[in-house]
Amino acid sequence: MAFTSRGFGGRTRRPRDERLPPGQYDVGSDWPVLTAEVTPPINLDRWTFTLDGLVDQVRTWNWAELRGLPESRYEGDIHCVTTWSKLATNFTGVSVDTFLQQAQLADTASHVLVASSTGYTTNLPLDDVRGGKAWLVWAHEGKDLNAAHGGPVRLLVPHLYFWKSAKFVSRMTVLDHDEPGFWERNGYHDRGDPWLEQRYQGD
Amino acid sequence: MTTTSWRTAIVRQVTRVGQHLVMLRLELPETAPSVQQLPGQHFVVRLTAPDGYTASRSYSVSSSPGEALIELCVERLDDGEVSGYLYDIVQPGDEIEVRGPIGGWFVWDGQTPAVAIGGGTGVVPLVAMARYADELGTPELLRLAVSGRSAADLPYYDELLGRGATVALTALTGRRLGATDLEPLLDGTDVAFICGSARFAESMSQLLVSLNYPASAIRIERFGPS
Repeated sequence: MAFTSRGFGGRTRRPRDERLPPGQYDVGSDWPVLTAEVTPPINLDRWTFTLDGLVDQVRTWNWAELRGLPESRYEGDIHCVTTWSKLATNFTGVSVDTFLQQAQLADTASHVLVASSTGYTTNLPLDDVRGGKAWLVWAHEGKDLNAAHGGPVRLLVPHLYFWKSAKFVSRMTVLDHDEPGFWERNGYHDRGDPWLEQRYQGD
Repeated sequence: MTTTSWRTAIVRQVTRVGQHLVMLRLELPETAPSVQQLPGQHFVVRLTAPDGYTASRSYSVSSSPGEALIELCVERLDDGEVSGYLYDIVQPGDEIEVRGPIGGWFVWDGQTPAVAIGGGTGVVPLVAMARYADELGTPELLRLAVSGRSAADLPYYDELLGRGATVALTALTGRRLGATDLEPLLDGTDVAFICGSARFAESMSQLLVSLNYPASAIRIERFGPS
């Protein structure tokens, strides 16, 4: 017989919201802050984003150049591995495709390692950051992204657990292999698909 | 990093402290040899209803790796689906499903001189570190500073006092942990652990940075509803 917890009924079930991946709950209007490192100071004058690795030429954008790129908006849901999901929210920024299209990637390119100004890193298959699936964002629901949520600019990869959406993003390195990032070295799953509940190594 | 799977633990002891805290001591069937236990890690607890509905939450471990039973400290949250069950319903002898220990970042190796700063239930992983230091016979390697609204709100208050922690009770005295509390603790340490609410973690980590503690040596775990 399947395991049940004695005396556990759980919350009153409403019809399950189909936007919620397994094991997630709707956090409503909240947006919990999770962090593992010191929040760095914001200085837009010195902000840069660099694309390097297996590209024909390293490219770096400053804040003004970033804001000169075509804007792109994400409307939808985000999912944190700690089990909250935030539904029907939106972010404004630039599609990662826009950056990748300005460089020639090596034929062997298969993954990226994204880094933050804090030293935080996270790894992603290239196909998870191109094709309209990932953004660099500076605004959430019309307001500037604050430092607690990774502002001035964070990565947004909403179809994967949110630790992949690196705060304070500063670099994307194109690789021909997978290289585990910060949480991926510390027990969390390499890919982190919430619909497959890929929370920890081994899921 | 190692993998862990769901295991059924037996609840051996339930200690309720005040209106909001419960300590659960769990017996695991066996510890997978591949799973490294270090102080600072957490377990995921999964509850399953008869219709198959499940709810999971993570709780920090307060026991040291050397203890036979795993001790979790759970704060009962208003409307807490899992914490409410663990506080209100669970009795010794019950079985609960757990997964862990998890985490390789907010952990202390037992060798590096460290300062550990906790607010409220954020002291829980620090208690595991302090017990580990004692077990190794090197309590001087770990310096503790903790803060809570009152003694009743601060888990392991007596134990922390007994271990020489600097304690600030904010409701009683209005005093918060400040530079004069922390500065004497930092000298000679190579890593700082900060655990508490988002606000606590932010203010303490920025305070350390303002005292010239290297940001790269500060490890943070943010606690609270999530």
